[in-house]
Amino acid sequence: MHSELRNHDQELFWYRRRLAVAAVVVIVAFGALFGRFFYLQVIQREHFARMAEANRIDVQPEAPNRGIITDRNGIVLASNYSAYTLELNPQKIADLDAAIDEISRIVEVTARDRRRFKRLYEEFRSNDSLPLKSRLTDDEVARIAANRYRLPGVEIKARLFRQYPFGELASHVIGYIGRISQKDKERIDQHGLSDNYRGSDYIGKVGIELSYEKELHGSAGANEVEVDASRRVIRTLSRKPPVTGNNLQLSIDIRLQKIAEDAFGSKRGALVAIEPATGDVLAFVSRPGYDPNLFVDGIDPQNWDALNTSEDKPLLNRPLQGAYPPGSTYKPFMALMAQELGIRTAQQAIHDPGFFRLGGGYWRDDKAGGHGTVDLVKSIVVSCDTYYYQVAAEADIDAWSAFMKPFGFGQKTGIDIEGELPGLLPTREWKAKRFPKDPKLHVGDQVSLGIGQGFNTFTPLQMAYATAILANRGVAFKPHVVKRVQDARTGESRLTQPAPIYTIALKSEHIDAVMRGLAGVVKEGTGRVAFQSAKYTSGGKTGTAQVFSLRGGEYRASQVHERMRDHAWYIALAPLEKPTIALVAFVENGGFGAEAAAPIARKVMDAHFDPELLAAALKREPTQLAAARPDAATRRAR
Amino acid sequence: MMQQLWAKFTDHLDPFLFAIVTAITALGLLVLFSAANEATARVVSQSQKVAIAVVLMIGIAHLSPQFIARFAVPLYALGIVLLLGVAFGGEVVKGARRWLKIPGLGNVQPSEIMKIALPLILAWYFERHEGSMNWRNFAVASALVLVPFGLVVRQPDLGTALLIGACGFYVLYLAGLDWRIIVGGALLGALGFWAAWEFNWLHDYQKERILTVIDPTRDAQDAGWHTTQAAIAIGSGGLLGKGWLNGTQTHLEFLPEKHTDFIFAVYGEEFGLLGGIVLLVLYLLMIGRCFVIAANASTLFGRLMAGALTLMFFTYAFVNMGMVSGMLPVVGVPLPFMSFGGTALMTLFIAVGILMSVQTHRKLVNS
Repeated sequence: MHSELRNHDQELFWYRRRLAVAAVVVIVAFGALFGRFFYLQVIQREHFARMAEANRIDVQPEAPNRGIITDRNGIVLASNYSAYTLELNPQKIADLDAAIDEISRIVEVTARDRRRFKRLYEEFRSNDSLPLKSRLTDDEVARIAANRYRLPGVEIKARLFRQYPFGELASHVIGYIGRISQKDKERIDQHGLSDNYRGSDYIGKVGIELSYEKELHGSAGANEVEVDASRRVIRTLSRKPPVTGNNLQLSIDIRLQKIAEDAFGSKRGALVAIEPATGDVLAFVSRPGYDPNLFVDGIDPQNWDALNTSEDKPLLNRPLQGAYPPGSTYKPFMALMAQELGIRTAQQAIHDPGFFRLGGGYWRDDKAGGHGTVDLVKSIVVSCDTYYYQVAAEADIDAWSAFMKPFGFGQKTGIDIEGELPGLLPTREWKAKRFPKDPKLHVGDQVSLGIGQGFNTFTPLQMAYATAILANRGVAFKPHVVKRVQDARTGESRLTQPAPIYTIALKSEHIDAVMRGLAGVVKEGTGRVAFQSAKYTSGGKTGTAQVFSLRGGEYRASQVHERMRDHAWYIALAPLEKPTIALVAFVENGGFGAEAAAPIARKVMDAHFDPELLAAALKREPTQLAAARPDAATRRAR
Repeated sequence: MMQQLWAKFTDHLDPFLFAIVTAITALGLLVLFSAANEATARVVSQSQKVAIAVVLMIGIAHLSPQFIARFAVPLYALGIVLLLGVAFGGEVVKGARRWLKIPGLGNVQPSEIMKIALPLILAWYFERHEGSMNWRNFAVASALVLVPFGLVVRQPDLGTALLIGACGFYVLYLAGLDWRIIVGGALLGALGFWAAWEFNWLHDYQKERILTVIDPTRDAQDAGWHTTQAAIAIGSGGLLGKGWLNGTQTHLEFLPEKHTDFIFAVYGEEFGLLGGIVLLVLYLLMIGRCFVIAANASTLFGRLMAGALTLMFFTYAFVNMGMVSGMLPVVGVPLPFMSFGGTALMTLFIAVGILMSVQTHRKLVNS
C-alpha cells in the first residue's frame, strides 16, 4: 500500500514534469508567433503597406482623342467617330471558331470580318480583346447584350474610330493608322512613351498619320481607382483627363488634289504642286491610291493581298519613292548651270548638225538633221539635245553636282512624310564606289547626263522642289504637306515651316533667260498644244525618260510593251511674272511628256487659277464624301 | 428558486476558463462581422452555434469523467466506421474525400469526431492498465492512433491527419512514453518525410504547399496567393492596425477564406500587432488555466484527457496563426473559437466541457 502510494506520487511527479516540458514548448511556440507578427507588422510594415496599396489602387489609362486633319481650307480629311465594336478576348475563349459561329447566329458576321479577325489574331496574339465587327447598329448592340450570358469573352466596347471621308483621295499624303504592333511597341518603349500609350490601341502607320504621330496622339489621362480583388472598380480616387492631340491643317487643297487625281484617270503616276513662296505642297498625287479606311480596324488578307501584289503598286508612294531619270525636264536646270558655271552665256549660239561626236562616241539629236543655230533660250524651247551634249561634255562633273545639289536633286527634300528616297545625283566618288571595276566617270557618261538620261534618277518630288526653287528665284522653302499644327484646346497654332531654309545665289539675268525658255515651250514649243488658250501665263518643260535602251533602234510606242514605254514628264510654273504654283506631272510609261503629262498639268493649273473650277471639284461626286465603301475601294485599287 | 437553478447551472463551470473562452469567442464574432463586410447573417448564424455549443459544454461539464469515459469505445468505433464510410462513399470536394452525407444530419466530417474520440479512448485505455503499464500497452495505443491517422491520410488530408495524430501522441507522451522512442520516432519521421519527398509519395499539391511556405512568391497566383495576401494584410496592419472594419485587404476581397481559416489575417490587419499580442495572451491564459486543471486532475483518465485537450487547443491556435502568418504550410485548421463554422466550434466547446468536468468533479473523488 505504501509503495503503491509512492508509486502514485512518482507517477504524478513525472506527469507534471512532462506537462511542464509541454508548457515550455507552448511558450516558445507563442514566442515564435510573436516574433513573426513583429517581423511582419513592424519590420516589414512599410513593404506590406505598399503592397496593400498596390493591390487596392489601380491606375487606369484613358486614351486621348486623336487630332483631326483638315486641308488648307478646313475641309476635314481625317476625323474620329464613336462606334460600338464587338470584341473577342481570345484568352477567355477556348474555341474561337465556335464562338464566332455562335455570334453569327445573333448578328451578321461577314466572311471579311472573319478573315480580318483571323489576321489580327495571328498578328497580335495579345491578351487584349480584338475586334470582330465594328460599327454595330443599336439593334445589334441590343441583341448581343441580351445574349451575353452565353457568350463568355465577348465584349461590346464604345471606341473612337478614325475615318477618312475622302477614301482614296490624298491617301498617300494622309496615310492611315492601325493597331499597335509588336514593332510599334518596341519603338514606343525606345522613346520612353509607354505610359502615354498604355490606353491606346492605334498608332500612325504611314503618311502624316505616321510622321505627325507625336502631335496627333495627344497625352493619355490617368484615373486612379480603388479596385477589389477581381479588379472591379469600387470608386475613383483621382482623375487626370487626357489631352486631345493637336489638329493638323494641311497645305494641300483637297479640291485641287481631287482635280489632279481625276486628271490621271486610270494612268499611273505622280503629281506634286508647290507654292514657291512658302513651300506649301498644294497637291500631292500618287496613282493609283488605296482606301486608308481599309486599314483602320485591321485589313483582311484578301484586300491586303490585292493591294500588295498588284502590278500597279498602289501602296508605292511614287512622288517620294519612285526614282526616275528626269529626261529633258533637266534641261532648264542645265541651262542655268551653264550660265552660272560660265560654260555658256544666254547669247552664245551653237550649230546643231543633228548629232554630237566626242572621241569615238556618237550621240544623236532627237531631231534628224538638227535644229540649226541654237542659243540658250531656243535650246529649251526646242529641247535641243546637242546643245546639252556639249554643255555636259565641257562641265566638270563634281562642280555640276555641287550646283544641282541645293536644288534638291539626288537629295532627300526633308518633306514631312516618311519614307522618302534620295534618288541619285552622280559624282566621281559615287562612280568609283558603285563600279569598282570601272571607277572612272567617263565623258561619255556625262554626255547622257546632260539630257537627263543615264545614271541620274530623281523623284517627282525632287523635280517639283527644284522647279519651285527656280520659280522662287533661288529661295528654298522646305516642302511640307502640313501647314499648321493647332492646339485643339487653346486654338493656338504654329506654322511648320515659317522661313526659308536657304537661298541659292543666282544671277537674275540667268534666271530670266531660263524663264524665257520655259515660256517659249508653252508658247511655241512642246507645251503649246496642251496649253493652248490658257488664261494665264506659264512656263514649262516636257520630258521623256527612257525605261530601256533601244540601242540605236527607232522608238515606236505602239510596238513596245506598255510597261517598257517611256515615262512622261512635265514641269511647270505660273504665272510667269511671279509664280504662285510650281508643279511636276509624271506619268509612268506614259510615252511623250507633251501628250501624257502636260495635259494633266494644264488641268491642275487651270483649276489653280479658276475659283469656279475649284469650287466645282467636290460637287461633282457627292457620294465620295459619304462613309467609305471598303469593297468598292478595293476594286478600284486592284 | 432562481438562485438555486443558477447555482445548479453554474456549479460545474470553471469561471476563469469560461470567462476567457467567452472573451475569445466574442472577439471572434467582432472580427467575423468585419470579415463578412458588415453583413449580420454570418454573425447571427455563428452566435446561434455558439449558444448551442455552450449548452453542450455545460451539459458535458455536469457529467463525471468516469461517465464520459464510457463513451470512449462507442465513439471511437463510430469514428472509425464513419471514416471507412468516407473512404468508400464520401463526397469528393476539391479532389479529396472528406465529407459524408448522412440523411437528417447533412454533411459530416468524421475526422472531426476523431479529434475527441482518439484522446478519449487512449485515456480510457491507459487508465484501465494503470499501474501495470508496459511496452505492449503503448504498442496497442499506437495502433489505436495509426488506424484513424492512416484513414485520414488516405482521404487525402495530411493536415488533419497530423492534427489527429498529434492528439493521440499527446496522450502517449503524457502517459509516459519513453523519451528514446519519442526522439527515435522524430528522427524516423524526418527520414520518412525525406523519403516521401524524394520518392513522390506526397501529392503534388502537398509538395507545392510546403515549397510555398519557403517562398510564397513562387506561386503568387494559386497556392501562394493565400499566404501572400494574408501576409500583406497582417503586415500592412502595422502596430495598431487599420481599425475595425477598415481593412482594405479584407473589404476588397483580397483575402481568401477570410471568415474561416484565415480570419486571423482580418484580425491582424484591423487590430495590428497590439491586437495580436492581446490574442496571444488570451490563448496563453486559457492554455495556462487548462494546464493547471490537468496538473491537478485526480485520476489518470482526467490527467491524460485534460492534458491532451490542452495541447490540442495550443496546436490549433499555433498551427492556424503560424500558417496565416506564413510560418507554416497551409493546412485546414480553424482558429479556435474565432473561425466561422459549427463543427469545429462544437468540438472545441465539448473539449472545454470535458476539462471543466475534470476540474469540477475532482473534490468529489478525493473526498
